[in-house]
Amino acid sequence: MIRAGRRFLSSLPALFGVLVFTFLLMRVLPGDPAVFFASGPNAGKEEIEVIRKQMGLNKPVPEQLMLYLYDVGSGNLGRSMMTGQLVTKDLRERLPASLELTLTALLIALLSAVPLGVLAALRPGSIIDHGVRFFCALGVCVPTFVSGLLLIYVFYYLLGLAPDPTGRVDIFASLPPRQTGFLLIDFLLAGDFDGWWAAFRQLILPALSMALFVVAPLARITRASMLVSLGSDFVRTARSLGLPWWQVVVTYALRNAILPVITIAGIVFSTMLGANVLVEKVFSWPGVASYALDALLSSDYAPVQGFVLLMATVFVIVNLLVDILYGIADPRVTIG
Amino acid sequence: MTKSLLLALSDLHVTFSTRRGLVEAVRGVTLSLGEGEMLGLVGESGSGKSVTGFAITRLLDAAGRITAGDIRFRGQDITRISGSDFRHLHGAAMAMIFQNPRAALNPIRAVGDQIADAITAHKRMRRDEARAQALGLLRAVQIRDPEKRMAAYPHELSGGMCQRVMIAMAISCNPALLIADEPTTGLDVTTQKVVMDLLTGIAAERGMATILITHDLGLAARYCRRVVVMEQGRLVEEAEPKTLFRAPQHPYTRRLVAASPTASSRIVDLVPNEERGRPVAMHVPPKPQPAPGTPPLLEVQKLTKRFDQGTAAVANFSMTISAGESVGLVGESGSGKSTTSRIICRLIDPSEGEIAFEGQSIGHIPARDFHRSLFRKDIQIVFQDPNDSLNPRFTAFDCIAHPLLRLGGMRPGDALRQRVEECAQRVGLGIELLTRFPHQLSGGQKARVGIARAIACRPRLLVLDEPTAALDVSVQAVVLQLLDRLRREDDLAFLFVSHDLNVVRMMCDRTIVLQNGHIVEQGESRAMFDNPKTAYTRELVEAVPHIEPKLAATVS
Repeated sequence: MIRAGRRFLSSLPALFGVLVFTFLLMRVLPGDPAVFFASGPNAGKEEIEVIRKQMGLNKPVPEQLMLYLYDVGSGNLGRSMMTGQLVTKDLRERLPASLELTLTALLIALLSAVPLGVLAALRPGSIIDHGVRFFCALGVCVPTFVSGLLLIYVFYYLLGLAPDPTGRVDIFASLPPRQTGFLLIDFLLAGDFDGWWAAFRQLILPALSMALFVVAPLARITRASMLVSLGSDFVRTARSLGLPWWQVVVTYALRNAILPVITIAGIVFSTMLGANVLVEKVFSWPGVASYALDALLSSDYAPVQGFVLLMATVFVIVNLLVDILYGIADPRVTIG
Repeated sequence: MTKSLLLALSDLHVTFSTRRGLVEAVRGVTLSLGEGEMLGLVGESGSGKSVTGFAITRLLDAAGRITAGDIRFRGQDITRISGSDFRHLHGAAMAMIFQNPRAALNPIRAVGDQIADAITAHKRMRRDEARAQALGLLRAVQIRDPEKRMAAYPHELSGGMCQRVMIAMAISCNPALLIADEPTTGLDVTTQKVVMDLLTGIAAERGMATILITHDLGLAARYCRRVVVMEQGRLVEEAEPKTLFRAPQHPYTRRLVAASPTASSRIVDLVPNEERGRPVAMHVPPKPQPAPGTPPLLEVQKLTKRFDQGTAAVANFSMTISAGESVGLVGESGSGKSTTSRIICRLIDPSEGEIAFEGQSIGHIPARDFHRSLFRKDIQIVFQDPNDSLNPRFTAFDCIAHPLLRLGGMRPGDALRQRVEECAQRVGLGIELLTRFPHQLSGGQKARVGIARAIACRPRLLVLDEPTAALDVSVQAVVLQLLDRLRREDDLAFLFVSHDLNVVRMMCDRTIVLQNGHIVEQGESRAMFDNPKTAYTRELVEAVPHIEPKLAATVS
């Protein structure tokens, strides 16, 4: 645990670098927030200047940076010009939505990719193997917004099985008291199973379309490392001792093969969280990625910087988790 | 035969389908084994001995299949039973012990659990009962602190310990047949002896029939009542070890017996006369005595090497080698012999101590810069693994030419070509092989390329780091003869690092025995091995399996 803490501390410089880099990047990008947030296209020069002064944009960039760092250090990520709220508040409201979606998608992806990879590895070159490969290729080829729209078309428009793709819950449904921000968990805690089912139905299509996209890398890595592990000496030993088939495959081969899958799953998760903006847009999902995109388009500095910092922190935490998981799964590894 | 028949192979054929078509690995093997019998299956690599073992236990790769013949186990033809029926034989009726014990165990499962898995595969019992039995098995294979070792992972155990665990798993359900595939290859001689004694003891005690698959004639002779020799997928000879080694009938067996180094064999005897290509120049005129006062070729004083914060890998090591002398360096793994040899050929830096070559200090030159030293071409090395020590993108010609270009100051052209061809000829490598890449050469040919590369610049001292450990005995015999000839012709000095005492005894005038980085004994090779003064040397010498019929005769 001490090691894990040290590991986290050693990633702080990287976070600081991300902070400074995003700050500078936002200043370099074209677009003047003051112009954007002035009362209208005809706003006069004086009005814009007043806004600039209010926002502190008239100060030299190094000074702005120092002020910004001071604010971040004291836990203040600034105020969004779009929503008029504190960025920390916006993010706190929206992050659970993104996390819930991404985690569900990852879970679906892992639950389908690992068995598919194992099946393909058990019969390499067979029809199953080719089928899995075809499915994976399809998942990667089709962009998430296309597969999302396709899913909506089939399950909402044609079959009418899915609810309308407008956010996390029906607009008229009552929300459970907020405890974790994860609707599925909050509904359970409130004991509202109808609400849980409704939220689940809203979640399943966006999660599926995200999962489709990442099944391929997970299934491929499972297949490859499963093949290595099935051909290894210790699997032969297990067979030579007459261990039951499932024990050879699961306890001996798969438990060894899962190690690289953990690493890839960590990377995939971090990427998904940031890159699921398309899915969030298609399904009107109130997540952080669409929030950041809107902010970026309107040159709203604070939310974008806050978002990047959040993503970097999530990335660090996920990597740490992967390392810890790896240490649990493989006794040869010590977190260093 | 008093014992009833356990296993009978008749006319077994095994074929592998490879990219280059079908390859017959086993071509008509017929043999039988009685209950409780111990049979040695001996042959060189590619002889089909392991494939035979895997065919019996149905563990062949997916590419291999039995194409003809049958295997009768207790009268039942097991080539025709279904996979799920075979699972009940695996472990319960027949078990295997594999070559690389550490790889053969699941790296992420505690050894106690793995043994318990083997037990519960065939017996219905609760997990804690199985674990209790596993503990008993760890005791039976004489693992110290068995309670603690139950929770150990394979990487926390030594190779010998892992092999004991493997044996514990193999005997866990009291199979009637044990097949041990090179169980001690890669282990130290002393560990080999302990593991083999344990294995044969357990097999005898529990009445298990055992097939010992090995390339080591001595090992088979020491532990088996009956030995069969295989060559290219066929059985060529079957006899008791004594008769087999005293009067081998088949020419291949004769060659194999001759090539296996023993305590009394000489280099000339390794390859039978009729097959020796070039006559070995055994009678070189005695070399002129060096003028008094000339420094020895190599003088090492109080060498010490400490790796990061650990204990010393080598401590206080001193030795001299004079020109044309051959000195052996023996010891078990971890004794520091490789570290020492690498320091001497200046691939790593010593922590303390002096190295002088012809009276000039070379120990202070950092290993990183030694390639620029004039002495680089005087001290050359032949590496252990002929596969990994050749650049796969270099042809044999490039490999041999490389030191000539870098150290010999030669330029590409006719002179270089001539020199490379001359080197190739000296090591008995056909000129037509020079254009080939390493993967197109056999193990013996690669070893020759490695030697040719080392002698290309006419060094004065050659450091040989287990030069024949990866080779078959018959190839080893030829390579050893070659090395000895080169040494005599060029007045080359050898530092010969090896774990094989019989080889060192033949090749070296003097031998140094290392243990834990310290010299425990040194002296004239033959005298020292015949009459070791320290307990450690005696242990090493006694652990070497001999095929000496004389010695065996005194026992029985």
